[in-house]
Amino acid sequence: MTVQSEESVTVPTAPAVTDITVTRPGGLRVTARHLLIGAAVLVGLILPWMVQSFVMFQLTQVMIYGLAILGLNLLTGFNGQFSLGHSAFYGIGAYTAAILMSRYDMNYALTLPAAGGVCFIVGFLFGLPALRLQGLYLALATFALAIAMPQILKFHPLEGLTGGVQGLVVIQPDPPALLSFLSSDQWLYYFTLSVILVMFAAAANLVRSRTGRAIMAIRDHPIAAAATGINTAVYKTLTFGVSALYTGVAGALGALAVAFVAPDSFSFLLSVSFLVGLVIGGVGSIPGCLFGGLFVLYVPNIAESISTGLAGAIYGAILLLVIFVMPSGAAGFCRYAVAYIRRSRTPRNANQH
Amino acid sequence: MELLLQQVMAGLAAGSIYACMALSVVMIYQAIDHLNFAQGEMAMFSTFIAWQCMQWGLPYWLAFIVAVVVSFIGGVLIERVLFRPIHNAPVLSNLVAFIALYGILNSGAGYLWDFTIKQFPTPFGTKPIFANGLMDAHEAGMIGVTLVLLALLYVFFRGTRLGLAMRAAAANPESARLVGIRVGWMTALGWGMAAAIGAVAGMLIAPVVFLEPNMMLGVLLYGFAGAVLGGLTSPGGAVAGGFAVGVIENLAGTFIPYVGRELKLTIALILIVAVLMVRPSGLFGRNVVSRV
Amino acid sequence: MMLEVRGLDAYYGETWVLRGVSFDLDQGHIRTLLGANGAGKTTILRALCGMVRTAGEIVFDGKKVAGWATEDIARLGVAHVPEGRGTFVRMTVEENLQLGAMTRRDRAGIAQDIERTYEQFPRLRERRTQQAGTLSGGEQQMLAVGRALMLRPRLLLLDEPSFGLAPLIVEELFAILRRINAETGVAMLIVEQNAALALELAEHAYLLETGRIVMHGPAAEIAADEGVRRSYLGY
Repeated sequence: MTVQSEESVTVPTAPAVTDITVTRPGGLRVTARHLLIGAAVLVGLILPWMVQSFVMFQLTQVMIYGLAILGLNLLTGFNGQFSLGHSAFYGIGAYTAAILMSRYDMNYALTLPAAGGVCFIVGFLFGLPALRLQGLYLALATFALAIAMPQILKFHPLEGLTGGVQGLVVIQPDPPALLSFLSSDQWLYYFTLSVILVMFAAAANLVRSRTGRAIMAIRDHPIAAAATGINTAVYKTLTFGVSALYTGVAGALGALAVAFVAPDSFSFLLSVSFLVGLVIGGVGSIPGCLFGGLFVLYVPNIAESISTGLAGAIYGAILLLVIFVMPSGAAGFCRYAVAYIRRSRTPRNANQH
Repeated sequence: MELLLQQVMAGLAAGSIYACMALSVVMIYQAIDHLNFAQGEMAMFSTFIAWQCMQWGLPYWLAFIVAVVVSFIGGVLIERVLFRPIHNAPVLSNLVAFIALYGILNSGAGYLWDFTIKQFPTPFGTKPIFANGLMDAHEAGMIGVTLVLLALLYVFFRGTRLGLAMRAAAANPESARLVGIRVGWMTALGWGMAAAIGAVAGMLIAPVVFLEPNMMLGVLLYGFAGAVLGGLTSPGGAVAGGFAVGVIENLAGTFIPYVGRELKLTIALILIVAVLMVRPSGLFGRNVVSRV
Repeated sequence: MMLEVRGLDAYYGETWVLRGVSFDLDQGHIRTLLGANGAGKTTILRALCGMVRTAGEIVFDGKKVAGWATEDIARLGVAHVPEGRGTFVRMTVEENLQLGAMTRRDRAGIAQDIERTYEQFPRLRERRTQQAGTLSGGEQQMLAVGRALMLRPRLLLLDEPSFGLAPLIVEELFAILRRINAETGVAMLIVEQNAALALELAEHAYLLETGRIVMHGPAAEIAADEGVRRSYLGY
């Protein structure tokens, strides 16, 4: 009998970049992550003064798409329910805001919670039958929703409310008296920015909470989740509702930004855009949603500017390139990069091959 | 009653298109465990290839064969070059790759052959088969070819070793490797076959909807719907589902008030979703029993 | 020597799981890998089949197979019954067996072997047209072993064959394994948590701890050594 000596090998690790903490008196822990977010917000605040007004408008749209994609992310990325129908929620949010403003003279700020509320209810109701459908079958059902929405919006008997094929005009809001030095475009930018900050923060909180963990547990292993006492049906339908709420609020903001709603803007293609943005940004990553929004706003334009005839092909080629290089999206790529940096700072074991 | 029968027949005729497409969809799903959103565009591109061959003077049957062979090779190449490198990526990333492929093929076809509508010939002729003109020779031909394809596929998958290997490779790639199956090539073969079937579907459909780059969008959607309705595990179910979608769409358009052309798709989809609520794995789908 | 492993390291991503593992297995012999959960036993089998990233040498029948694709190693005659059994759940029992013989060309031989499998495992014959996923744990294990044997392997790798099975079934299974080894001379490498049973079947045992072989020797000696049994095998 031979006995070999054993040594347990410990590999010391250098502290990771994002783990560096600074403790200030009063106990406020500031991590590198917080600093990054703070810097981003600061940049966001001063951006309108640094770029042309058209670019600022596009950035407003980037934020709006980012919010819509965050809605989809909550459902698909964090809860594993696949949806091709988020263009419908976006449209419902947009039309709710437009109808309330044009027909009922509601204040624009109030249309956001109204749109959110309506979409929450619709999303929740859709989530109920969705409980029975898995994967591709759910995809088909949500797809049906996406296809149905423009048709419903054009539906003859509802024209009095929706404005039919021609849609509705929305009056862009003016800045409040205190900030009257801003143009209405600039006010829209800051208004959108504040809404984004609040909602992204809320989402981040949700994801880190017990509820968030339950939601993710359902995605990863529904049977085990149920076995630990999580009421999967309740969580899944509520997540559907919240997801719709987020995308609906984005839709309302979109209506304010574009100042116009029409049925064909909310087609299935929009759902596809959201999906592409979700994947490119990084499924399950909250900051990734903004990158996704940036991508789906700018890249189609870039493709078109390279060649109008082959715009679709170039867009497709760019998509493929990005997927090849960053299969888990931008967020996945960043994670990989950070891990790579950590690894190269770690002293390696002597017997390394 | 007369009207009902008429509409059912018309639905079956239209449904044969969807059935063919649904068959192609399920085929590739069985081979690669993904829904290929670019399936319609691949079929469209193949049809253009056939058309181009005929423009260059080849007779129909030769152009048909060329298109099918080229499509088969194309399908294999697409799998090896585009999808193999990302097969370890998350499902949603693969989905975006399909979307990219869609864009490339659609835009490419438009660039090469422009968007004007072209005629595409049918080998069956257009003489009506039944006295009251409910179905013409081409429509009957479509149904016939679809059923023949279905029979051939059934025999292939259930009765041959290669078919069994392909099913295994798609269902459980790791275990398939352990028994010596070259999973990568099985997947490529599946793509090739699906592309070839898609080519046949495209060449059958083009005479009816006319050849242009966007011709397959509606058909693909109905094809998906049919495949899902039939249950994605069953080629026979897919064909049945395709026919059913055609009939449902037609009957909805005729008998439900307010439903014009646009709403037909919506109604059809809603009905399908309703069916799925009752039978979540599709009408003929096998419920996969898995032990936890 | 049919199988020689020298200095095998294995990695799951960045995690270094096996360190310098070396062992032999000769034609027709049965050896067992023992150790606690997480010691790396399953990883060794996966490494032999090219399913994990490795460094080091694996020589099978004189060929250096480290770095080969799984399917190519299988075609050399290495059959692996994996952890979790790897059953094709949507296919029938009969189809599972046919899949095991996928790399063979001799139809008559395959049909004969299927018959023989049903003789070894009569329970499977009853269920030959049933979906494999509906079989019980014990039956699936028998099916997995049967499927592996359809390859007519020279080396049979078994990963925790007793896992989740009732004791009586386990004894039945191990008796069958002994019989198969006696009749066909197929070599076996068995990873087991049920050390007692494994030590009865095998003639030589390796003990693993955190990715290293810490001890090895004739099965009878290891089984008899109280100290070893208490510290490593838990009984």
